[in-house]
Amino acid sequence: MVDVITLFLFSIIVYNIPLLYGTAGEIMIEKSGSLNLGVEGTMAIGAVAGYLLGMRSGSLLVACLVSFVASGLVGLLFSFLTVTLQANQNVTGLTITTFGVAFYYFIGNAVSNSESKWPALGGSALDKQFAAIEIPLLSKIPVIGKTFFSHNVLIYLGFAIAILMWLYFKKTVPGLKLRAIGENPGAADSLGVNITLYKYVHIIIGSGIMGIGGLYMALNMGGTFEGSNCWINGYGWISIALVIFANWSPAKAILGTFIFGFFNTLRVQNAPLATAFPNTLGWLTKIPAQFFSALPFIITLIVLILSSVSKNSNSNEPSAIGRNYYREDR
Amino acid sequence: MKKLVSLVLTMAFAVTACFSLSGCNKQPAASSDATSKAEETTAGSKETDAESKPAAGNFKVGAIYINSQNDTSGYTFAHHKGITDAMKEVGLDPAKDLYIVDNVPEDDEKVKQAIDQLAGDGCNIIFGISFGYINAMNEKATEYPDIIFSHATGYMSNDKNFNNYFGRIYQARYLAGIAAGYKSLALKNDNIGYVSAWGTEYAETCSGINGFALGARSVNPNAKIHVYEISTWGDQEKERQAAQVLIDTYKCCVIGQHCDSAQPQIVANEKGVFGCGYNSDMTNEAPKAHLTAAIWNWSAYYATAMKAAMTDKASFMTSVGNYYQGLNAGLVDVSPLSGNCEPETAEAIKIARDLMTSGKWDVFSGVKLSFSGAAGSVTAEQKSDALKTNKGEEKVAAGGASVGDDVIQGSMNYYVEGVTQVN
Repeated sequence: MVDVITLFLFSIIVYNIPLLYGTAGEIMIEKSGSLNLGVEGTMAIGAVAGYLLGMRSGSLLVACLVSFVASGLVGLLFSFLTVTLQANQNVTGLTITTFGVAFYYFIGNAVSNSESKWPALGGSALDKQFAAIEIPLLSKIPVIGKTFFSHNVLIYLGFAIAILMWLYFKKTVPGLKLRAIGENPGAADSLGVNITLYKYVHIIIGSGIMGIGGLYMALNMGGTFEGSNCWINGYGWISIALVIFANWSPAKAILGTFIFGFFNTLRVQNAPLATAFPNTLGWLTKIPAQFFSALPFIITLIVLILSSVSKNSNSNEPSAIGRNYYREDR
Repeated sequence: MKKLVSLVLTMAFAVTACFSLSGCNKQPAASSDATSKAEETTAGSKETDAESKPAAGNFKVGAIYINSQNDTSGYTFAHHKGITDAMKEVGLDPAKDLYIVDNVPEDDEKVKQAIDQLAGDGCNIIFGISFGYINAMNEKATEYPDIIFSHATGYMSNDKNFNNYFGRIYQARYLAGIAAGYKSLALKNDNIGYVSAWGTEYAETCSGINGFALGARSVNPNAKIHVYEISTWGDQEKERQAAQVLIDTYKCCVIGQHCDSAQPQIVANEKGVFGCGYNSDMTNEAPKAHLTAAIWNWSAYYATAMKAAMTDKASFMTSVGNYYQGLNAGLVDVSPLSGNCEPETAEAIKIARDLMTSGKWDVFSGVKLSFSGAAGSVTAEQKSDALKTNKGEEKVAAGGASVGDDVIQGSMNYYVEGVTQVN
């Protein structure tokens, strides 16, 4: 019984941490007043680039850096199009999604069909570095130890990024300036903040963070490339919704990841729960599996509808989001 | 602005949720209806009626795939390899004589368009590999009486130019089950897991599970097969988590599978247990875990069908007809045993394979095999023993003949003794 609960909680984190990367990255971008709908594509590019070059180098650090840089380049493209050329942000973001996922298949098929074949993760140096690190003492606590303190390094990194980003927004001067740009770029501009530079830097860093999330998905799925199912598989879209759910706070994004992760895990692990607690949770197995598959998306829909309907004065949505800033327009 | 984002996202999610609800997880995500060289070579000739085109000695093969022809593993890959291998065997050149429409979803209109296109290209035989192509192929077979239509995994046919083909994969699964049974004996752990796309809803998955279970229990009579149904043909994350649950919660020491990806084997590899794959030899993906996989060798059928259609099209339905073969025709088999297998495995598998290819014995009969003896002297005892469901209902009396092919292909909806579905 304890086993079932432990595995359930453990899976919530292990399978859903990419959402935290995606959400945190998107929050950073949106705080600068830009809306990037290209999360799915950005993650896909980071995943495929980081995985392939990481396998070649045999170093997880290199893999992370490559993912960060590859997705950062996508961010650079987005910045160039929307900040410099003032292109429509929605269309640019959607284009990046289409392009990124197609890029994933293109590279994946090309490598699979090449003589060197798709590199297998099992037993590789990268695989060993991705293995769980048990934190001494803490990991020995029943249930909680396995759930929170015996994970691979990228999970700890994900939480660290979210918390550091929260501190950055709240406690530092550049963080304050960034928020000012998102709220009122004109005012920030008049105070001498270099808007173009700030936007470029934060869009690139935010995209880079998403890329590491993509790499995580690749590694967590055992690194196999199959033509039928992209690694990212909708996580990018859910990340965008989680930004609204988290009210543009990286700290709340952690909570959002857990809540969404709960339903995502329930999708697969309802049966063991029902078996372990036949009296209280036995009804779970009577619900069709298709409903569980749709559940994470239904929950997200409800969240979106509720947050849209409620006129919440505490909303931290950047006021200038989605609108390009053009100084002469003022 | 928030409204607009919400609107876009709401639409995206609604679409995704609908797909999940209707179980369309096999939809390829990025590639559209990518057509192959078919389009380049005969652009503009779509109107041409098929009858006017094919000349003698100019045999063309058409194929409709559910996924991409460039796949490197999985269902479409297995068929594509089967077709191209068979073409080489019968002296056709896949580069010139094969016309493909791929990424065709199970949608009647799309399938009909694909058939029209292949007919326009002058194909003499058209293979459709996915179950849901059935109605479109049935209809178009009447419209194009000079083309042979051949449909995998279906049940429809006519007496002139439309057949179906499938194979006794349960025989191969029985052999893989033997490998799993020996492993569980050696590990002194009776729990064997099985990640399955579907359970008793489809005879295809159901007979596979039963074959695997009977094979495992021919070696280890106490073996328990825990089936985890993931309710989709392919979803890597679900396949992965299901295997994880089977290993962690149900303490399974071998993981069998009937799903698209190698995830269950990869998880077994990570967790230090063993596994039996499906569709292709998955030893590459799981070097420390994989024992052997139940595999298809589709070229066995495709060569037969092409030869028959090339020699005498008119008698196709009598010379080939509805095709249902197994180990005897080489259509199914197990992949080469990996070094992870127990030493007795190869001998036992050979004994069981010989019994099935010679037709002396089959899996779902009232006679059960029971293997004993150390490596080098493995023997199989044939015991009269009723085929019972896991609820104790007798399906075949002790010593009785195998259930009919119609049961194995269509109406089998029960698990045999020793199988439990966990969800």
